[in-house]
Amino acid sequence: MINFHEVIETNKMIEHENLDVRTITMGISLFDCIDSDLNTLCDKIVNKITSLAKNLVSTGEEIGREFGIPIVNKRIAVTPISLIGAAACKTGSDYVKIAWALDDAARKTGVNFIGGFSALVAKGMTRSDELLLRSISEALSVTDYVCSSVVAGSTKTGINMDAVHLMGKVVKDTAKATAERDSVGCAKLVVLCNAPDDNPFVAGAFHGVTEADAIINVGVSGPGVVKTAIKGVRGEDFSTLCETIKKTAFQVTRVGQLVALEASRRLGVPFGIVDLSLAPTPAVGDSVADILREMGLEHPGAPGTTAALAMLNDQVKKGGVMAASSVGGLSGAFIPVSEDQGMIEAVEAGALNLEKLEAMTTVCSVGLDMIAIPGDTPEVSISGIIADEMALGMVNGKTTAVRLIPVIGKGVGERAEFGGLLGYAPIMPVNRFSCAEFVSRRGRIPAPIHSFRN
Amino acid sequence: MKKVVVTVVGKDAIGIIAKVCTYMAGNKINILDISQTITGGFFNMMMVTDFTLTEKDFDTIFHELEQIGEETGVIIKCQREEIFDRMHRL
Repeated sequence: MINFHEVIETNKMIEHENLDVRTITMGISLFDCIDSDLNTLCDKIVNKITSLAKNLVSTGEEIGREFGIPIVNKRIAVTPISLIGAAACKTGSDYVKIAWALDDAARKTGVNFIGGFSALVAKGMTRSDELLLRSISEALSVTDYVCSSVVAGSTKTGINMDAVHLMGKVVKDTAKATAERDSVGCAKLVVLCNAPDDNPFVAGAFHGVTEADAIINVGVSGPGVVKTAIKGVRGEDFSTLCETIKKTAFQVTRVGQLVALEASRRLGVPFGIVDLSLAPTPAVGDSVADILREMGLEHPGAPGTTAALAMLNDQVKKGGVMAASSVGGLSGAFIPVSEDQGMIEAVEAGALNLEKLEAMTTVCSVGLDMIAIPGDTPEVSISGIIADEMALGMVNGKTTAVRLIPVIGKGVGERAEFGGLLGYAPIMPVNRFSCAEFVSRRGRIPAPIHSFRN
Repeated sequence: MKKVVVTVVGKDAIGIIAKVCTYMAGNKINILDISQTITGGFFNMMMVTDFTLTEKDFDTIFHELEQIGEETGVIIKCQREEIFDRMHRL
């Protein structure tokens, strides 16, 4: 039988170390909503989402209460909208109308975000894809809950540089459209390489085309728990450090698996995956940067940071994978800047710059995330940063992503305030030399030689 | 068996266990195991209970125990046993 010590340990993790289940995300296929009439399509979308997810939020809250663990977010991910809207949308405004429908469905179900205003353009863009891309800035500025993602590259297809080039403009347009709120629209927009079909975390969540009609994916977190655990092995060797991280990740993931199965059973929707992530929040003690500091770095960004992060990421996966029956999504350590107090401090201390963050993304679970840059950064430079990140993902066969926020009207030394889970961010300098001629070339960068494995 | 772990944490006072146990008995909740310590005047109790026979739902019991806790000046939490089981047992 469970003993006193075990109960206290678990509750200490929950109450003092921010252990939580970060998200229960219901993936919903919208293929059966496709219609050539836009109004009918929007009605079908709202009806399907609100009927499948009507109990998502209340069920998440019930489970959280019964197990005594916070389930912070309940979210929905849908089939990439450029596929669903292709028959009905003739203009960008038509796509904005679908964004309104998604926003309406999110509001009615009570979720805090809905992902899937997306296009899969890793190899090429259809007319529909391009219309959606060009409608993103308006869609994100007029809705509250909708998140958008664009898959612009993969190891198998190479990088669609036309999409990368266009996304520089889309990111900048989105920043301008939400300029009065420190360009927060860009926090809901991500460009991905090798995007997983079952990612429960926004902004990159969408319900992949290979998925079933509806699924439940769960994202676990717990940087505070890992930090506390490794504090207990300060000064010990690497193998002890690794074992400690693995054991902790195992425990955290077991909770995620329990919650996922329970949510799946109660909602009558099949279980998909558990995403084994260390997802920080701006709350003190809920920081991946703090783990890196506890490992022995003065600040993230110091020499050794990439090695420390690589080890952390790998141990989280090794510990978590045994604890879950099916693992997927992004799985690993997230290194957003604005959502992690320790990362913000590292930037403010001058320890961490964009180039070091880029290096760190080669070994973390995703990419350049929630980074505020000057509002006057040229569109082509944003495209160049996206291209670099896509290249890292493509060559290394991993998911990479870019979520940059060019904060209109602000420059280096100032701070962007996003509020809530999105936090705040010091504005970081961007290399001022031009890549305009490079990113303006048309076409795509071919897949790397090692992608031909057939 | 529907095992639920009830924890009571707070400043020590007369009759804490009595109040919780009376509530359990009145609602057909069986106590399977109980352990308690007092450290530095702080009361810490854990009960493993069985909710199989109770007619009340989990939410009602959760809130009623919370209420008793407020009246007694302690924090009472009930959590399904699986969360501890999954974290600490293979």
